[in-house]
Amino acid sequence: MLIKKPADIPSSEITSKNVYLNRRRFIAGAAVAGAAAATGFAFRELGSPSLVTQANAKIDGLQKSPFSTTETQTPFKDVSNYNNFYEFSTDKYEPAGLAKNFKTRPWTVTIDGLVKKKQQLDVDAIIKMAAPEERIYRHRCVEGWSIVVPWVGFSLSELIKRAEPLGKAKFVEFTTLYDPKQMPGQRVPVLKWPYVEGLRMDEAMHPLALLCFGMYGEVLPNQDGAPLRIVVPWKYGFKSAKSIVRIRFTEEQPMNSWQLATPNEYGFYSNVNPNVDHPRWSQAKERRLGEFLKRPTLMFNGYDQVASLYSGMDLKKNF
Amino acid sequence: MSRLRITKILIFLAALVPLERLAWKAFHDGLGANPVEVITHSTGDWTLILILTTLSITPLRKLTKQYWLIGVRRMIGLFAFFYGCLHFTTYIWLDKSFDVHEMIKDVYKRPFITAGFTAFVLVIPLALTSTKGWIRRLGKNWQRLHRLIYVTGIAAVIHYIWLVKADLRKPLQYAFVLGVLLLYRLVVWISEARRKMTPTARNPRPAEVTEA
Repeated sequence: MLIKKPADIPSSEITSKNVYLNRRRFIAGAAVAGAAAATGFAFRELGSPSLVTQANAKIDGLQKSPFSTTETQTPFKDVSNYNNFYEFSTDKYEPAGLAKNFKTRPWTVTIDGLVKKKQQLDVDAIIKMAAPEERIYRHRCVEGWSIVVPWVGFSLSELIKRAEPLGKAKFVEFTTLYDPKQMPGQRVPVLKWPYVEGLRMDEAMHPLALLCFGMYGEVLPNQDGAPLRIVVPWKYGFKSAKSIVRIRFTEEQPMNSWQLATPNEYGFYSNVNPNVDHPRWSQAKERRLGEFLKRPTLMFNGYDQVASLYSGMDLKKNF
Repeated sequence: MSRLRITKILIFLAALVPLERLAWKAFHDGLGANPVEVITHSTGDWTLILILTTLSITPLRKLTKQYWLIGVRRMIGLFAFFYGCLHFTTYIWLDKSFDVHEMIKDVYKRPFITAGFTAFVLVIPLALTSTKGWIRRLGKNWQRLHRLIYVTGIAAVIHYIWLVKADLRKPLQYAFVLGVLLLYRLVVWISEARRKMTPTARNPRPAEVTEA
């Protein structure tokens, strides 16, 4: 058997006392510097003002809506500081700051495709088309959280009727502004820009589908989709396109951005459905912001009146 | 008090900063609209950062010849386990309301949970055998057992990659660092294997001697 003798330490390996002491000093210095940096970082984080608050103009003459829920509304500061708006950032806390100087005027919306009246409309002309209503809707994100928001707007059908779509038009496609100078998130190809969403014509004409330009009685904050967005309360949030510049009527089903990105996870319909899971997580429950534990998710987000739109359809297939 | 001891105390205090920060924010309405999500993501991030830190100790001490660094590795590893426990607790409590049946279903059904759970389970024996007594008792096997941290690191990074919706930038940064740290080990392992082989290849022992 071979027993290795520990070799004597060669003199070249022995650190001189001077270097040794220096090393000790270096280590202590490095440790102190590291700790100081960590604490500094912590204090910067602690001290930073995290909320962006911006007073927007009030919208007068709001009418109440029978579609409104009486559930507790999510505080304005949460709805305006927690935004999935990938055009600005994929971090939900960042759009509030990054959209601060976003220009929402002048703003024109192109209406084209299969319509009698192809036109470019000023957003202020659109807003005046009908009397503004307050609609307090539940809003469910595909990620599993939900909010209750008093939106301001009127039924999308008001605009569609005035555009006079042709009989061939079966779908409506909504396009968000593409402007990477103003929207830093568009400089990163996380999704194919511009953002595109779509609805079937009967979905878009349903009175619940809202053309929205305000919330909490005020003009819509930039980070919530100003100046003009849609709100489709029975579908996951990403279906409700923001900062719309184009509304196109088509015969073919539009390809929406999330379906294009991950077709096995996001479909065209994307109705809120507790029985159809996202391939990676369950959709059975949701966390209402402000609540500690999760609550069950309701079919069509509780908007049963839309069920007839999908009668005879396999919603597992048409997710 | 020795310098190593002071260094360890400083690292101990620094490793608690992320938790203190969360607690401070929690009591000052600073966790934003979705506190549970912030706590989940923050504890997950720090678990990963600390796992990568423990994995960087060996290359660091060899490359910089700062051999004392081994003295702080166990503490950093245990802090990684600590933040991993907090991360797991937010999941089982705030996400699953302690419904173990639901959790098992999740582990079985959702690949990103499977990966995260694997990472967590595999690190438990490492935490348990981190004491001097266990190191002595396990001898050579201790090092073999603790190589499980490589699997935990890989599973943890996969857990993150599989959970994001579209923006892979952050998880891929972690994946890159992990890749470098594991590559270092691979290079060392290959060069050591070669060194062991070379002398026998150069001076093959005469056949009659080996047969005798």
